[in-house]
Amino acid sequence: MLEPADQTAPLIRARGLTKRFGSFTAVDEIDFDVAPGEAFGFLGPNGAGKTSTMRMIGTVSPATAGELSIFGLDPRQDGASIRARLGVVPQADTLDTELSVIENLLVFGRYFGLSWAESRRRATELLDFVQLTERSKDRVEPLSGGMKRRLVIARALINEPSLLLLDEPTTGLDPQARHLVWDRLYRLKQRGVTLCLTTHYMDEAEQLCDRLVVMDCAKIVAHGSPRELIEKYVSREVLELRFRRAEGETDDSAHLDGQLEGLAERVEQLPDRVLVYTSDGEAVAAAAYERGLRPSSVLVRRSTLEDVFLRLTGRSLVE
Amino acid sequence: MIAPLAVGRRQSQADRLVRPTHIVERNTMVYRHTFIVIFSGFFEPLFYLLSMGFGVGALIGDVPLGGGKVPYAVFVAPALLASSAMNGAIYETSNNFFFKLRYAKLYDAIIATPMSLGDAAAGEIMWALLRGSLYAIGFLAVVAVFGVAGQPLVPSPMGILAFPAAMLVGFGFAGAGLAVTTFVRKWQDFDYVQLLLMPMFLFSGTFYPIDAYPPALQLFVECTPLYRGVHLIRALMTGTPDAGIALDVVYLAVLGAVGLVIASRRLEKRLLA
Repeated sequence: MLEPADQTAPLIRARGLTKRFGSFTAVDEIDFDVAPGEAFGFLGPNGAGKTSTMRMIGTVSPATAGELSIFGLDPRQDGASIRARLGVVPQADTLDTELSVIENLLVFGRYFGLSWAESRRRATELLDFVQLTERSKDRVEPLSGGMKRRLVIARALINEPSLLLLDEPTTGLDPQARHLVWDRLYRLKQRGVTLCLTTHYMDEAEQLCDRLVVMDCAKIVAHGSPRELIEKYVSREVLELRFRRAEGETDDSAHLDGQLEGLAERVEQLPDRVLVYTSDGEAVAAAAYERGLRPSSVLVRRSTLEDVFLRLTGRSLVE
Repeated sequence: MIAPLAVGRRQSQADRLVRPTHIVERNTMVYRHTFIVIFSGFFEPLFYLLSMGFGVGALIGDVPLGGGKVPYAVFVAPALLASSAMNGAIYETSNNFFFKLRYAKLYDAIIATPMSLGDAAAGEIMWALLRGSLYAIGFLAVVAVFGVAGQPLVPSPMGILAFPAAMLVGFGFAGAGLAVTTFVRKWQDFDYVQLLLMPMFLFSGTFYPIDAYPPALQLFVECTPLYRGVHLIRALMTGTPDAGIALDVVYLAVLGAVGLVIASRRLEKRLLA
C-alpha cells in the first residue's frame, strides 16, 4: 500500500518547494528529484536553505508551498510512515546523554517499533560497523566529536532505512575523523542505501555525491554531477598566482592590469591571489612569465566545486 | 484524542497506545543508573504522617468529618497520599521534562522516528504516573502496616479505591505540569511553580478542614486541584463519599487531558516549525 507504484520513480520529488518563516524565505521554489541508490548533495554556504530543505524531507517541517513527496508519500499525511523508512543524521548531535552508547541505539530501535531482541541484534552489529564496540557501555558525553557523529549515523541506521538524510555530516570534525565517516557512508552507498546530504565542503561533495544541486540564497543555482558542473562552469585546470606585496601597495594584483588578457578563459581576482581558469595551467604560467609577470608563487591544480561556486555566485563558499 | 497539527496525521489506535510506552522504557533505562533518587518521594509523605499525623495528632485528638469524628491521623493520611501523588507527577513533569526538552534535546531526536510529540507527551505522563504509583503503593503499604499494628488509618473498605484515585490525582497534575513546563523559559521560573504548590499543599484541607475559612475563601480553595484530590481520596479512605467526588473525578480527568493536549500542541509548535 505504501510502496510507490513505479520502482524506478524518484525517492524524493520536489516541485516549487518553498519554506517561509514569516517574511523570510528560507527555500524559494526549488525543484529536484533524488533517484533510488544515488548519493545526492545540497551544496551551499550557511543560510542557503539546505537545512530547511532537509527538515521538510524529514517531515519535521511543513512546506509553505509547492509539492514534496518522499517514497511517493505525502509528508503532511504520512509523516510517521515516511519516518519509519528514513534515517536522519541531524546537524547537531541529538544523542541521549542520560544513556550509554548501546542504550542510545536500543531505545531508538524501540522508538521504531522493533522488538528488544531485534534492537539488540542490530545495535551490536551497528556498533561494529561504526567501530564503537569497545565504547558500548560508556556514557555518550566523553566521546570525541567523530565518535559521536559515528554513533548518530549508527542510530540513524537502526531501522535499516532505504534513505539516509545527513545534514552536514562532517562539519566540525578533524580530517581523520572525516575520512572515517566518509568511508562508512561510502560503504552504505555500496549497499544500495540512498544518501541525501548537505555540505559546505567541496571535497565532501566531490567524494560522496553522484549528483548535486548548488544552493545560494534559498534557490538552486546549478545542478549536475560534480564533473558536469566543473566542465560546464569552469575550465579543467586552475592556475593560482600570488604576488609579493610591493612597498605601500594595498592590492596585490593592482599592477596586473589585464596582463593576463587573452591567455586564459577567465581570470578571477581574489584578495590574496589570482585565479586563472584554463585548460593548460602550465602553458599559461609560462606565457605569463614571458610577459614579464613575476608571481611569488605559482600553483596549477584541478578545478573543484569551489571554483564552480565562485563562478556562480561571485563568492567563496566558506567565508 | 490528540491530533498532531502539522505532520503525520494518520496513526493507528494500537500505535497510539504502544508508542508512549517507549518513553517509559527510555526513562526506566535512565533510572537504572540512579535508582535511589526515586525513593526520596516515598519517605516524604511517610515522615509527614509520623510527625503531623501521630505527633501533632496526639495533641489534637479527634476531628469532625462527615457528621462523625475521626482520629487526626486518619484525617491527615489521605491528604498525604494525594500530595505525594501530586509531588511525584510534578517532579517528573517540571524539572525533568524541562531538562529533556531544552538541554538534552530528547524530543528533537524523537521526531526523526515514527513517534509523534503527542506520543512523547503521553509517554511522559505515563512515566510520571508509574513513578507516582510506586509512591502510592509504598504509602498504602505503610498505612496497612499501621492497621495491622492496631492503628487503623483506613476505616472504610472503600479505601481500596484510594489507589486508582491517587493515580487520577497524578494524571491531573502530570498533564498540568507538562503543559506549564512548555511555557517555562529558565530554571528560575520553577520558583513560581513552587510558590503555587507550597500554599496548595498547606491550605487545601490537607491538615485541617476548610470550614475554618470564610465562605469566599472556601470556594476558592475548592477550585484548586489538590483540594479536589484530597477531598476524593479522603472520602474513599474514610468512607464518607458525597456528591462532590463526581466533581473531583471529572475535574482531575479534564485537567490531565487538557494539559496533555496543550503540551502536545506546544511541543509541535516548538519542534515542528
